[in-house]
Amino acid sequence: MELKPDQKINIKEILKDIENYRPRRKGWTWRNKKENQKIGPFEYKEMAEGLKNSVPLPAARSFDNIDPQPGPVITTEIASGRFEDDIRRMRMAAWHGADHIMVIRTAGQSHFDGLIEGTPEGVGGIPITRKQIRATRKALDYIEDEVGRPINFHSYVSGVAGAEIAVLFAEEGVNGAHQDPQYNILYRNVNMYRSFVDAAVAKKIMSSTGMLQIDGAHNANATARQAWKVMPELFVQHAINSLFSVKSGMPKDKISLSTVPPVAAPAPDLRMNLPYAIALRDLFDEYKFRAQQNTKYMQSSIREATVTHTLNLLLSELTSADIQSTITPDEGRNVPWHYFNVQAVDTAKQAFAGMDGLKDLIEIKKDEGYLKEASRELKERAVLFMEEILETGGYFKAVSEGFFVDSGKYPERNGDGIVRKLDGGVAANSIVPRDDDYMAPVCDHFGYNNLPEDIDKPCDLIGGCTLHSPEKIDFIDELDPDDNVEKRLEKTKEFREDNQLKPEVEWLGDGWVNITMFLPESEDVAEVAAVEIAKKMNLKNPEVIHKEVMQPAEGTLCEVKGKVDFSIDIDKLEIPEKEESLPFDELRGYVDDNPVNVVAATVGKDEHSVGMREIIDIKHGGIEKYGIDVTYLGTSVPISKVVDAAIETNADAILISTIISHNDVHRTNMKKLSDLCVEKGIRDDVILIAGGTQVNNDIALKAGMDAGFGRGTHGDDVATFMVKTLRGDYDGKE
Amino acid sequence: MPIKREDDFEKRSTHLKNLSDKELKEKFWDLTEEIVDPLIDLAKTHTSASIERSVLLRMGFNSVDAKAIVNEVVKANLLGKGAGHVVYKLAQKEDRPIKEVGLDIGNEKYNKKQLQALFDGGEK
Repeated sequence: MELKPDQKINIKEILKDIENYRPRRKGWTWRNKKENQKIGPFEYKEMAEGLKNSVPLPAARSFDNIDPQPGPVITTEIASGRFEDDIRRMRMAAWHGADHIMVIRTAGQSHFDGLIEGTPEGVGGIPITRKQIRATRKALDYIEDEVGRPINFHSYVSGVAGAEIAVLFAEEGVNGAHQDPQYNILYRNVNMYRSFVDAAVAKKIMSSTGMLQIDGAHNANATARQAWKVMPELFVQHAINSLFSVKSGMPKDKISLSTVPPVAAPAPDLRMNLPYAIALRDLFDEYKFRAQQNTKYMQSSIREATVTHTLNLLLSELTSADIQSTITPDEGRNVPWHYFNVQAVDTAKQAFAGMDGLKDLIEIKKDEGYLKEASRELKERAVLFMEEILETGGYFKAVSEGFFVDSGKYPERNGDGIVRKLDGGVAANSIVPRDDDYMAPVCDHFGYNNLPEDIDKPCDLIGGCTLHSPEKIDFIDELDPDDNVEKRLEKTKEFREDNQLKPEVEWLGDGWVNITMFLPESEDVAEVAAVEIAKKMNLKNPEVIHKEVMQPAEGTLCEVKGKVDFSIDIDKLEIPEKEESLPFDELRGYVDDNPVNVVAATVGKDEHSVGMREIIDIKHGGIEKYGIDVTYLGTSVPISKVVDAAIETNADAILISTIISHNDVHRTNMKKLSDLCVEKGIRDDVILIAGGTQVNNDIALKAGMDAGFGRGTHGDDVATFMVKTLRGDYDGKE
Repeated sequence: MPIKREDDFEKRSTHLKNLSDKELKEKFWDLTEEIVDPLIDLAKTHTSASIERSVLLRMGFNSVDAKAIVNEVVKANLLGKGAGHVVYKLAQKEDRPIKEVGLDIGNEKYNKKQLQALFDGGEK
């Protein structure tokens, strides 16, 4: 299967023959960085190789549609509970520049004793199963071919089935995973001994296929009451997991620290986060860094979250990030919507492009003054933390005494750390000593293993293990006859196959829309009123997801989400046909044989000249290029003057630009032009064309023009319309 | 109850002040190693149901069968021998394919005693 950019990905096609799919590669892939790369009109210092297919940033329109791809791998987190919908979101994110797709697990999976099979629906994430992973990896194979860059697929190796999940991931070609036994203990209350015993086996298996590991230390930020005070502890958590991983057989270049700038503006963001980031990169200079964005202080404002994230990106640029994670800016208001995944990826792409080469321009004063002292102090606090762990009797004892996620800035302690009992938690007392004759006849098994001496590799004993003989993998398709992808596809068939269309934010056909309104009332009144208004607009389950006071009495901005309960039949829509521009030679040839002259002006009290100049100037590829003779009258030209000039020059066409749309002045101007041409008796002899950001063909025709052109119009569009009209292509047509 | 303590950083850190940045970094990693070594030793010498199921998965059993087999191995108190080891020994003894005997164990076709008898000295 090959994806076509103008066709939707076919989920049924992905699921076909899934029992026989094998991943085409295993392990992690970095981007190909290219120094001093020429892209469009610019030279970039630290961008990576470009994409075959992508959606550039909106402003790229003004720069030959270039789409520079930053050096770090860019992550997006996708998990709506239905993998068949997530796959579409992954494709959108990949087109915008994501090459690390992280899939969050469904609530409760970390306490599930074993693997989940089939494709059940998840809550707040996706049940990670063999079929779901396999289908997703297969879809990502097609998507990476389409965009022209390898995509890393990632999920979580944690909980009480960590070792099995690691095997599953290694078999199915998952490229990266979170693995950190401390996460299990502190945040999932899995027994501490069990967590570490399972983790070593899981890490060794992960290493066997070159998987990249990300740790879980950043969760202390999100949990501690005053996140910036846990900085010393974060070093300790990173260090324990990193060295434990190395000693489990993981190479350092496959170990990535998950680091979050602990504080966010309005706190003095850089002054507090920069010494921390520098100290961390000093201590862990042999490891990789995955820069995560701050979510701790995120509220429902998309704007505020985006600014916080942009400052985080500045920090990444000033220090380093091998992987730049992105957080959807709507995380504080709902389960992330798919277009916010795209926006978050674009935020990272835009910021990195804008900051390209920053370190060549400025210098971080890390060897003197405040930065040196502040980062040294953090390191010393971390060392003291570890000294006390050892004095107390080691890691487990320290956890049982609430050392971790205490909100004091160590050695200050507030007594509010997370306490876990030595023999407590999920799966307590569940580890067993390996006997002297313990044996596991498989490869990449961590720890004591009493294998016979006369074998090349352990799995020779059993004629091969699944890591070497993948045909041995025993695939389970579905276990639940009701809760599975086939049933869900059946339920949404009208949207997949019958051309029915509904808005969506998470799942196909979910019907959610978001409306923004300003209400000139206090916050309390506005919130209630906003819901009433949404109800009157026939939105179901309306809910205010964001409000912002503009001034306590003058008014409040509200965003309301609600569902529409109808769908649109695509076949019944009248889609205007897109006019194909004529080739250069044809346009030029016609004008050479039949000279064309036009009068052009920005009309009314309107000083905008850029749009019109783009349409006419030869250097912008405007209509002059085809030999059309243009009399340009300038800006703020009265309609009467335009018509007089047309009569005087015997113009074939009048081109007006009307940008200002206040009080519908753009419509009025068009109408006035048409009326005056009729009055002067030239209407049948002259083509009337209007352009402007608020103009489209429909509006223009209604106002008496022959054509209207909006955003994104080029000279060849206008030239094509004039030539086709003059040579009679449209005669007899409506 | 976790302790409460005022920030005594200045006093507590006096012994670190004379260390160079390089020495401080070495100390940081030495201490890490001291903390981590017992954890690694614990992992090397212990196993769990999840680990043994991961062995069975690698041997070609699906997750449902792996779970059933490990449950039987736990019942027979043989997890310390390795669940894969139990299946391997039985296959050797009966000269039958790994997959077949594993499924039989999962389907409770062998009792505790029969499984324990695979190992010299039986239950340990």
